[in-house]
Amino acid sequence: MKRLRVTKPKAIIKVFAVLLPLLLCGFGVASASSEHSSGVSGNVAATPAVEVAHGGAEAAPEEEKAGDVIMHHILDKGVLSFEPFGEVSLPHLSIPASVPVLGGLDISVTKHVVMLWLVSAALLIVFSIVGGKYKTMNARQAPKGLANAMEALVEFIRLDVAKSNIGHGYEKHLPYLLTIFFFILFCNLLGLIPYGATATGNVNVTLALSIFTFFVTQVAAFRAHGVKGYLQHLTAGTHWSLWIIMVPIEIIGQFTKPFALTVRLFANMTAGHIIILSLIFISFILKSYIVAVAVSVPFAIFIYLLELFVAFLQAFVFTMLSALFIGLATAHEGHDEHEAAVAHH
Amino acid sequence: MLTSGIILLAGSLLSPNPGLIFWTAVTFVIVLLILKKIAWGPILGALEEREKGIQSSIDRAHQAKDESEAILRKNRELLEKADAESDRIIREGKDYAEKLRADFTDKAQADAKKMIASAKDEIEQEKRRALDVLRNEVADLAVKGAEKIIKTALDADMQKKIVDSMIQDLSSKRN
Repeated sequence: MKRLRVTKPKAIIKVFAVLLPLLLCGFGVASASSEHSSGVSGNVAATPAVEVAHGGAEAAPEEEKAGDVIMHHILDKGVLSFEPFGEVSLPHLSIPASVPVLGGLDISVTKHVVMLWLVSAALLIVFSIVGGKYKTMNARQAPKGLANAMEALVEFIRLDVAKSNIGHGYEKHLPYLLTIFFFILFCNLLGLIPYGATATGNVNVTLALSIFTFFVTQVAAFRAHGVKGYLQHLTAGTHWSLWIIMVPIEIIGQFTKPFALTVRLFANMTAGHIIILSLIFISFILKSYIVAVAVSVPFAIFIYLLELFVAFLQAFVFTMLSALFIGLATAHEGHDEHEAAVAHH
Repeated sequence: MLTSGIILLAGSLLSPNPGLIFWTAVTFVIVLLILKKIAWGPILGALEEREKGIQSSIDRAHQAKDESEAILRKNRELLEKADAESDRIIREGKDYAEKLRADFTDKAQADAKKMIASAKDEIEQEKRRALDVLRNEVADLAVKGAEKIIKTALDADMQKKIVDSMIQDLSSKRN
């Protein structure tokens, strides 16, 4: 819970850090464009900014275009663009209306869906190799290479995340926690590759993942306490007269946890990409090589390295909090109820 | 210029896309199931097996350490006992040797004393005998001398007194 409070201001700071350069750029462009005519934009190298220059000659549309290019990069869409080689449009699909629940749902394959599949393929390849090695290895052999690298992470999730947060019966949740950790980690890392996109920078993806955590948590709570224990858990062991306050708070609490997970992962991943793009765009908007060399590239590299760290950190945080929520849901609060019972008498 | 910020916050960043949620869920569940089968099972099994192996190795090592410590303690006790025994033996030997030496010395001293005493006695006796012989010899000589003197002189008695007194003188000087 403490981590929750720590991370939120960080995300706000990141968003602010995104907004600040954008606002500054806006001023810069407004002044620069009024001095020079639209012909100056020809100096800019062949990059996305060329499109910016192509579209509108005047200052105000150009400024909007910078934001558009960033959003174009961040947002999900139905094409895979490999500029300057062209783009691949992806098929539009929808579930037939005859299917009972999901009928008529638009399930078009988008850029982020392709990234998810790439991540899945990478995961399956890596872990089929690692799993195969472990199958052929006996207990006396030490793992080497890829198996060793993955084992360090698996062991970390197993002991420091699952065992220390869930405690007794953590083995049941290990496959879920390991999968979600590596899934998010690979998504984050693939987003840092050129032409890649960060699927975890899409709020829908993170929402789906945290819904899984929500269900796993609820099922674990029901399994650990039964229906009666689960309902007692909602009252937080307080006096019955407080239930009218406590029960709604506890129910809302059940939903804020996955919501926080969703927003944290999405905001962190998106923010990093926006910062990198904004830093690059400063040089295009100010039309200065000096700015590019002195500011944009060094800072973008710095943020990129930071993003590498954040990729691991956010995968860890998501997994850690999932484990924590499962641990909280399954914890036996025997002494609390006992104390409450003593207080009654 | 605020439009960028507005796009960021209110734009399509947060727009829901059920299709993507659907695909995420499907993909994730499939990946979870496959990975559970091909990777997590073997890896976690191997890790647990290794953990147990390490634990049993540690247990065995501790056991071996305890055993060796017990043996060491026993050895040390035995060594101490042996040390004490050897000390005792050495001390006894030393004492015995000391006693023996003392005995021998005493005996030797006693023997020597005895020998000295007997030698002294013998010397005394020899001396006395020699003195007697000498005395007789001297007396004879004196008598012979006296005879000669008497033969030449008148008073033999007178002469003998003189000779006796001379002999007395001689013997007192001798002793």
